[in-house]
Amino acid sequence: MAYDKPLPVIDELTRPFWDHAREHRLAVQRCNACDDLHFPPSPVCPVCLSSDQDWQRVSGAATLMSWARFHRAYWDGFRQSLPYDVCVVRLAEGPVLVSNFAGAPPASPHMGMALRVVFDDVTPEISLPRFEAASTAGQGDKRC
Amino acid sequence: MSNPSQQALRNKVAIVGVGHTAYGNFPLQSDYGLGAEAFRNAIDDCGLDKSAIDGLLCCRVPNYVRMGQVLGLNPRWTVQLPAHGRMSGMAIIEATMALASGAADYVALIYANIGRSRRVNYGGEESAGFWDPWGMTSPGAAHALMFRMHMERYGTTTRQLAEVSVAIRHNASLNPAAVMRQPITVDDHENARRIVEPLGLLDYCLINDGAVCIILTTAERARDLKQTPVLVSGYGAQDSFSRSHISNFDEDFWYDELRAVADQAYGMAGVQRSDVDALMSYDNFSPTVLFSLEGLGFCERGESGAFVEGGTLALGGRLPTNTDGGHLSNSYMQGWALNVEAVRQLRGNCGERQVPDCEVVQYVGATPCCRSIIYTKG
Repeated sequence: MAYDKPLPVIDELTRPFWDHAREHRLAVQRCNACDDLHFPPSPVCPVCLSSDQDWQRVSGAATLMSWARFHRAYWDGFRQSLPYDVCVVRLAEGPVLVSNFAGAPPASPHMGMALRVVFDDVTPEISLPRFEAASTAGQGDKRC
Repeated sequence: MSNPSQQALRNKVAIVGVGHTAYGNFPLQSDYGLGAEAFRNAIDDCGLDKSAIDGLLCCRVPNYVRMGQVLGLNPRWTVQLPAHGRMSGMAIIEATMALASGAADYVALIYANIGRSRRVNYGGEESAGFWDPWGMTSPGAAHALMFRMHMERYGTTTRQLAEVSVAIRHNASLNPAAVMRQPITVDDHENARRIVEPLGLLDYCLINDGAVCIILTTAERARDLKQTPVLVSGYGAQDSFSRSHISNFDEDFWYDELRAVADQAYGMAGVQRSDVDALMSYDNFSPTVLFSLEGLGFCERGESGAFVEGGTLALGGRLPTNTDGGHLSNSYMQGWALNVEAVRQLRGNCGERQVPDCEVVQYVGATPCCRSIIYTKG
């Protein structure tokens, strides 16, 4: 069945993120002038306003900040997935991302629990980074 | 604290007229029709001739030119604000500065919302965002994520959160104009359909059509009008755009911003927190009220769950809050109706829901644009 959930709107600013993700690499934007790491990407560095920005691969290690379970589908494509979970994670390198738990949600999620990224190839072009408990052995993508 | 220039505006401007439409589902109405009805009611309320209005601010009304044309107005001060819920406090503060500077003598603020009959969802395709591929959308989900953090950090429970909805519904039950007047219990809150867990249906504001108009002028001019003026005694403002990459979400619940806003507003008005007779707290989702109580300092950080237990926010409680029923039970007028309610409480014409000896009312909106206004009786 065709993938019917919302897909990212890819533009010049966000393309590098999705290119990295397709290779199962998690990357965030880095300012070459002041080394600030930020995400989602911005046309100039929000700290120093430099336009000289690049992308930096990060470890994929994160901690859980929050999570919530959707019982309502705001898109038809999510109707079959109800209920589904969204989580907010803080990368070890600092930036905060919205994502999902990979596979089943952790048995007892709690703020601060250690997570790591895994990639879900939802279409040939798009791989979504999701997160699983860091203690789950053998399930992750070892390249991260 | 507020700075001297801001402090000089204490009690310089007053709300002199308020008006609104009925609140409900009006598929045959236009934004302009609703806005015009609210404007006419506000004009009647203050007894002004409409030709005196020389300032116009439109919010969520699609086009200020059309609104002015419909009303036959030719202002010398005009502002258009977007449909976002946080605009009411911002609009009243902008109008206060315009009046104090002489940019206008009589300002009408008009807000109209036909989201109900237009089936606005507040999520999904109509508000596309970066996090859509992960299924993250809607301001309600952002508040669910924040409340989860409050639960994790402080042990706050959904039964404590229920106290917000229950108290505000009780207040609505005493307001004949409120959309939802049937009292609810903590168990009703717990058993309600989950929308985005940990939040359920009774944590979400209503979505209804309606319009509100507020007319302001200088305190001096206000003396010649029909109603007891309600003075803008103090206000505070602080935005937090640099942390806004997840819409409507803030990992610290805008705590520092609300602290700053409280310091400015109390300092400017020259009142203490303990002087506040009623609080009008933006309640798009019930957790926002908890965040506001902590940020303004009505309780310690993390203790809002215990603070609201036992009917604290209900009429007759320690801190009557959203005495009209707020967004949760009266009407989804995005802060505008709460400011109208502040005016009515200070005028003393709230009937069954009147707060006795009401002299100081505070409005607060905890959003990426935190605002608070302190009103006193003129």
